[in-house]
Amino acid sequence: MIELTDIEKRFGENHVLKGVGVTIAEGSVTALVGPSGGGKSTLLRCINLLEIPTSGTVRIGDEALTFKPGVKVATKDIQRVRRQTGMVFQSFQLFPHRTAIENVMEGLTTVLKWPAERAKKRAMELLEKVGMEHKADAWPATLSGGQQQRVAIARALAPSPKVLLCDEPTSALDPELAQEVVDVLGQLAGEGTTMVMATHDLRLASKIAREVVFLDAGVVVETGPAGELFGNPKRERTKRFIATLRQEANESP
Amino acid sequence: MPHWLQLMLDSLGPLLWAAAVFTTPLTLLSFAFGLGVGLVVALIRLFGPKPLVAVVRFYVWIFRGTPLLVQLFLIFYGLPSAGILLDAFTAALIGFTLNVGAYTSEIIRAAIGSVARGQWEAAYSIGMSWSQAMRRTILPQAGRVAVPPLSNTFISLVKDTSLAAAITVPEMFQAAQRIVAVTYEPLILYVEAAILYLAMSSVLSALQTRLEVRLDRYGGFLEARS
Repeated sequence: MIELTDIEKRFGENHVLKGVGVTIAEGSVTALVGPSGGGKSTLLRCINLLEIPTSGTVRIGDEALTFKPGVKVATKDIQRVRRQTGMVFQSFQLFPHRTAIENVMEGLTTVLKWPAERAKKRAMELLEKVGMEHKADAWPATLSGGQQQRVAIARALAPSPKVLLCDEPTSALDPELAQEVVDVLGQLAGEGTTMVMATHDLRLASKIAREVVFLDAGVVVETGPAGELFGNPKRERTKRFIATLRQEANESP
Repeated sequence: MPHWLQLMLDSLGPLLWAAAVFTTPLTLLSFAFGLGVGLVVALIRLFGPKPLVAVVRFYVWIFRGTPLLVQLFLIFYGLPSAGILLDAFTAALIGFTLNVGAYTSEIIRAAIGSVARGQWEAAYSIGMSWSQAMRRTILPQAGRVAVPPLSNTFISLVKDTSLAAAITVPEMFQAAQRIVAVTYEPLILYVEAAILYLAMSSVLSALQTRLEVRLDRYGGFLEARS
């Protein structure tokens, strides 16, 4: 279980998260949706502490860390929490100087100190899972965006994280390539992978997510099961936002 | 055989010997040490505590802002007045190392800065520590960016070692000067020395190209292509 309590995040004068609390059940898929600048990406990055909350508590399974303004948290503690997570980025961020399979192996050999043979076997299994085993020895620069993102998903899953965090995983892709990524994420969801994704891709959110958290201006406006929130939103702000998402989805080719 | 060719062939032995025994070791050692100094200085400037940053900025300011020849003179002729006596080769080695360190620190700093922020985040996201991210992810990519400007520094250094002649290091240019002193043929000897420096630089340029091809095997930079 993942529990975020009273998460505040300030960048100088800019108050990005204003006391956000979210609970994510094991095996569930949660979509963080909302307008740009609403804080969904920042909240996601607070889970693996790429952003350090100004205050609040982050709990992943048995590991918990509480932040207070002006109190520096030990790097070791941050790493302990971060190693419970894997992350997929909007712009893939594969290591360009390593082949697809080396990208997937990197966390296993460098961080977990696995022997290369064992890491290679695990990496190959993951590449098969995302349908990229035929490109194991390819350089990232030679892969399409969708292929790069699928390798990035395998890389994030390699150390068996408790949760897979996806930051706009399809936004940099055209619809066709986005579909292959949606398919892979859907398959992982079906296998019970705990996932949290920040997205404004309605297809991704409505197809895969079970729970939806709607964030605007740094607060949780509405939260609920995906069908309910997309089909019958209660708050006026949520209704308006979902209407614009629908419009965008229809207009895009 | 014409006189000039005979003279060039006769002096080739002493010149090559001086190149092998002084010019080459001086170049290789001061480049290697200078690269080490440059890396440490670059890391301090990017990530170090403020007082230390001020110290290394001062160092870079001094060594980039004063002539190399003056630096060599200060170390070899000046320091003995302060009780520090160095033999000529050591003095030259220290001077070139510090000079190369100042220039390469700027190159390395820029190269590290050129690696996308997202690469740090990707490395952290799979659990790497700062030093693992630096070693495994950032430096290899920064290295590729740094090769052309570092090669510039290296090639300049080969030629600059001729300045060591002025502080009595018997390197290749001084060997040429000595032959001139007995033959009174400055044109022939200095042309020969120039040709030998040109040959060394050309070898380095060729090595640079090979290194770049090797480092480019992964298809260059994703950012630049997309």
